[in-house]
Amino acid sequence: MDLFFFLLFAFIAVACAVSVVLQKHPISCALSLVGTMAALAVLYLLLGAEFIVMVQVIVYAGAIMVLFVFVIMLLNAGAEEGRGRSWVARIAGLPALAALAGLLGYFMLTLLPMTGPKGSFVKFGDFTGGGAKEIGTALFTEYLLPFEVTSILILIAILGAIVLARKELD
Amino acid sequence: MDPQAALQMLHKGVPTSWYLALSAVLFTIGVAGFILRRNIITVFMCIELMLNAVNLSFIAFAHEHKQVSGHLFTFFVMVVAAAEAAVGLAIILTVFKNRSTLNIDEIDSLKN
Repeated sequence: MDLFFFLLFAFIAVACAVSVVLQKHPISCALSLVGTMAALAVLYLLLGAEFIVMVQVIVYAGAIMVLFVFVIMLLNAGAEEGRGRSWVARIAGLPALAALAGLLGYFMLTLLPMTGPKGSFVKFGDFTGGGAKEIGTALFTEYLLPFEVTSILILIAILGAIVLARKELD
Repeated sequence: MDPQAALQMLHKGVPTSWYLALSAVLFTIGVAGFILRRNIITVFMCIELMLNAVNLSFIAFAHEHKQVSGHLFTFFVMVVAAAEAAVGLAIILTVFKNRSTLNIDEIDSLKN
């Protein structure tokens, strides 16, 4: 059952990711990206990350993507026109990307053993330390300083966004 | 792999490395979009795709080591992504206001 869900949602994630790259219109890209994020949320759930699943759905697929769609709507962005690329990119682009994916995938697959008694496997319910309680405990004890620094980062981001997007006053 | 071992593997669950390989594939697709696309908003979305791929490997490692630290890193990555989206989209708005284009090939005033 684990394998079935993994394969199903991994396929959805990859298909939506390819759609993000291939779609011409930005709004289609945004919706495909939401699909990828939703599929990844299910995979996070299989890995036992309950809190991160909710954050992924609410913050990522919800808030950030709404921001994207909002900007696409504001700018009235149309489909992008195809442009001629250099012949190097035309010939070597796809093989180079396939090589990168193959290399990364190979190292990832050989990083952890798949068979034998030391093989590492993911089974739903193996790891239950990803709830809000455990996250909160770790966040406010061990990771308190990064948490506080994050608040400063967000303050700077808010100020930056306001300064960039405001109307020039005479 | 003989059928007996495959059946045993199925019983034990999905290998953790498959999650990592999926993360690698998603990251590569994100890189491809980042390089191929010409619309600045879509380029931005491909960056988000790469961040998501990295998050997946963080969570897979958290499961592997049965530690919650990976979840916290993912949490911080999401916070940084939110801040980045806010500032980046503000920059895109400003660029569009000044130049009326979203094509990254035409935004080259720093060149020469």
